[in-house]
Amino acid sequence: MEFSRRALLLGAGMATTGAVLAGRMAWLAVFEGERYQLKAQENRVQDRLIPPRRGWIVDRGGKPIALNRPDYRLELRPAEVENLDAALIAIRGVIDLDVGEELRIRDDCASQPSFMPVVVRQNLTWPEFTACNVRLATLPGVTPVQSFSRFYPEGERFAHLIGYVGAPTPEQYREDRNPLLIYPGFRIGKDGIERHEDKRLRGVAGSSRVEVTARGELVRELGTEADRPGDTLRLTINRDLQNYAARRLGDNSASVIVMDCITGDVLCMVSMPAYDPNIFSRRVPAKLWNALQTDDHTPLLNKSAMGLYPPGSTFKMVSTLAALEAGIDPGETVGCSGAYRLGNNVWHCHARRGHGGVNMHRALPLSCDIYFYTMGRRVGIDAIAAMARRLGLGQEYPLPLPGQASGIVPDKAWKQRRYKQAWREGETLNAAIGQGYIITNPLQLAVMTARLASGREVMPRLIADGKAPEFPSLGIPESHLAIVRQGMIDVVNAGFGTARAARSPIADLMFAGKTGTAQVRRISAAERKRGVIRNEALPWKQRDHALFVAFAPADAPRYACSVILEHGIAGGKYAAPIARDVLSFLFEPERALAVLPPIEAEAARARAAREASEAAASIATETRQMMPSWLKLDIQPPQFEIEDPDAPQPPREPE
Amino acid sequence: MDLLNGPWRRELGRLPWGVVLLVCAIAGFGLVVLYSAAGGSLNPWALKQGIRFAILLVGALALALVPPERWLGWAWPIYLTLLVALVGVEVAGAVRGGSQRWLDIGIMQFQPSEMMKLAIVLVLARYYQYVPKGYESRPDVLLPALALIAMPVGLVMLQPDLGTALSILFGGVVVLFLAGVRLWLFGTAAAAVAAMLPIAWNMLHDYQRKRVLIFLDPESDPRGAGYHITQSKIAIGSGGLTGKGFLGGTQSHLDYLPELHTDFAFATMAEEWGLMGGLYVIILYGMVLAWGIRTAMNAKSQFQRLLSLGLIATLFFYLAINMMMVMGLAPVVGIPLPLISWGGSAMMTVMILLGVVMGIARANRPRLD
Repeated sequence: MEFSRRALLLGAGMATTGAVLAGRMAWLAVFEGERYQLKAQENRVQDRLIPPRRGWIVDRGGKPIALNRPDYRLELRPAEVENLDAALIAIRGVIDLDVGEELRIRDDCASQPSFMPVVVRQNLTWPEFTACNVRLATLPGVTPVQSFSRFYPEGERFAHLIGYVGAPTPEQYREDRNPLLIYPGFRIGKDGIERHEDKRLRGVAGSSRVEVTARGELVRELGTEADRPGDTLRLTINRDLQNYAARRLGDNSASVIVMDCITGDVLCMVSMPAYDPNIFSRRVPAKLWNALQTDDHTPLLNKSAMGLYPPGSTFKMVSTLAALEAGIDPGETVGCSGAYRLGNNVWHCHARRGHGGVNMHRALPLSCDIYFYTMGRRVGIDAIAAMARRLGLGQEYPLPLPGQASGIVPDKAWKQRRYKQAWREGETLNAAIGQGYIITNPLQLAVMTARLASGREVMPRLIADGKAPEFPSLGIPESHLAIVRQGMIDVVNAGFGTARAARSPIADLMFAGKTGTAQVRRISAAERKRGVIRNEALPWKQRDHALFVAFAPADAPRYACSVILEHGIAGGKYAAPIARDVLSFLFEPERALAVLPPIEAEAARARAAREASEAAASIATETRQMMPSWLKLDIQPPQFEIEDPDAPQPPREPE
Repeated sequence: MDLLNGPWRRELGRLPWGVVLLVCAIAGFGLVVLYSAAGGSLNPWALKQGIRFAILLVGALALALVPPERWLGWAWPIYLTLLVALVGVEVAGAVRGGSQRWLDIGIMQFQPSEMMKLAIVLVLARYYQYVPKGYESRPDVLLPALALIAMPVGLVMLQPDLGTALSILFGGVVVLFLAGVRLWLFGTAAAAVAAMLPIAWNMLHDYQRKRVLIFLDPESDPRGAGYHITQSKIAIGSGGLTGKGFLGGTQSHLDYLPELHTDFAFATMAEEWGLMGGLYVIILYGMVLAWGIRTAMNAKSQFQRLLSLGLIATLFFYLAINMMMVMGLAPVVGIPLPLISWGGSAMMTVMILLGVVMGIARANRPRLD
């Protein structure tokens, strides 16, 4: 019968379907069961990262320089947020978000790669944080985070040395796909020691296995593996000294370095002005960023390591030692008339009327240029350059800093290599007094002074791990060094020295030092005819750099110091007193602290005046409110205009 | 009125109690699944579903007492009423869930498309009852029959509700097939449909297209719409042979499985009861379907044969599409698993369907007295 046949056909179709379904189910459950069990497990169990706490940075005495503070924050990850508007409305139901904050969040969500977390609010109070935990738990992509934020108790005084932390860049995450790098609130070192020693400070992340629902609600914890916090990093820095030096600098654009001459420990490495690393470790407002970038005092540049300056007369110790090495009699007298003729050109001494008869013992305290022109020309540039390198100039040191400028110690081969030209004699004259091609950074000058003072091949060190190193001798005869040291003692203590302002205020303690005033501007022929304009009357940018290097105590050197004031006019008058106060702080802190109030009041006045003029000039052209959280400093050292290295030294002000 | 005065005891005794028992076994298991889906609680689903089932079971038994020939007389009025209601849905229906399916008739919301699944079978069985043998495939007979199918299918597509439209289409085509329409016509129609697919594709709504695409490759969108299928397969697969145990499902209890108590109830069940639970449901339903086929083959008139087997095929369509969907063999179309999934309207349709078929079985039972 037709119907029965078709009914059976239909029945057969149903049976086949049933068999297929049963077979499919058996396939899923039995043959692929293990795979799906694993997937169900993956769904259910989540490995949650426990970010490691960053190691502390402490000074030589264990006083904290960088530490961690608990920070409750709310973050959202755009990739996981289904509807940003709805999420923001939900968030507003729990914490107040003003219009500016909301704009910033939207701006971040639009401009960042979507896997990078966006901070909704940081520094939540405890009630706000618990409210977020309870009421936003089911909102996908929005996470209340309890993390630790970096805190720098000393603020800007350590900014260049320590650096700051920030979010990893999107590129860093794309490179190694470490989930820690996009963990909300995770920070890595961005500058200074934080950046260089990031691996040591970072630690190892832990994890906790938790059972979660599809909405991410925690059901229970299944087990934890604790994080391993980063190592505590002990520096050779003396926190109090660094603070003092920074305060003592006032409103100057300057660098101060103090080193232990025996161990090479860097006790203080200040570069001012600076930025507040606490702000940099959160988010930098675009306005502040622009202000820092346009500031002519270059607050973003670590002048101690990256600044390059002609050493000026502080280089004369090198010339002296080179002359002694070449066998020149220290008693030989050179007549200084204030001018030195070479070919058709005339080189001037800073003393216009000349110093009269000058021997080696008087040459350093008087800083007589004519004496060094004469002796430099006699020993030649290669001997001077060799001595400069022995004393540590023209090189980078193995320090945990992300950048160091190596400077230039010129010689004949260097000039041939660099300019394909033969060395000219006039260039030797300039080099002998630390001008011309020679360029150094403040750290190198400190090392040079430490080596002179100790006679050893001192290398600076910043991290105090292990025993203090012993350094081999420089191989310079002690008698030579004694002449230089005595010269430096006379610079400060003799009646005719150029740095009488640096005389030690402490009884039974003598300082020794050497001034330097490095020319910045070119002096045109027309200007020379009119007579040189007084430094104080020039615009700030064109004034000479003021330098001073020193060691103390003079009879048994322990500390070496270098001070550079950018456009600071004159080494003896302005840089030397700073070195005096910083060094005396090491011996009698109370006395040193007493000089601070007038200096700080003056600096505050200058700063207020500058801020007022900036505020008046600023136009709100910046549309962005905040710089990206992964902001990194990549600052190049500024190029100062160096005077023509072959040009004769013009008459100038006495040092 | 003979219903009221009829021989009650005898007619009740003629009901297929074995099938009633099977249906209770399936629905009972469904309640167990819903109890677990609620996290081990009678509320909000299991208790209400149980009460609903009890009421509908009594209703189905009452329907089973209606003599099948009554349906012959009511076929046209029922069909036409529902067709008008479908138009009404289009014209005045309240917008619900993105598509119009409900008609608010004051005291309750009425879903005419759901009832149309049964009415299409009823009206076609009525239509072919009076078609002489050998005339089934003639164009003047076939074309009105096709129009009877096309009208409700078209209206339901407009709502738009692809699942229900396909279900109505399936019921109608099965009746045509059973009535004896020539096989080559089905072959030609299938070929024509295949040719029309690209055009149909263009007419589908975006969300429907997305469902089809994701069905073809669920992993392409594991967080979005493919999530349903992926999670459902994980639930079934991780259940293994014997399941994770009653109340032990993680996919369902931790909310990874969406719609765990409605369309994906089978997956919820399979996670906790494993392949054994799945086979239990498939075999019990297989027995119900086999009984339906036997009932149809034993029925006396062409109308009864077509009606009972057409309805059973509609039930089969529910089952097959739902299970294929949860196992990743069909796109997500939103068809519940009868008697197990939470939801009143599907259960009502299925219980009416079973009541009518039981009535036919009762009427054709060999009289012993």
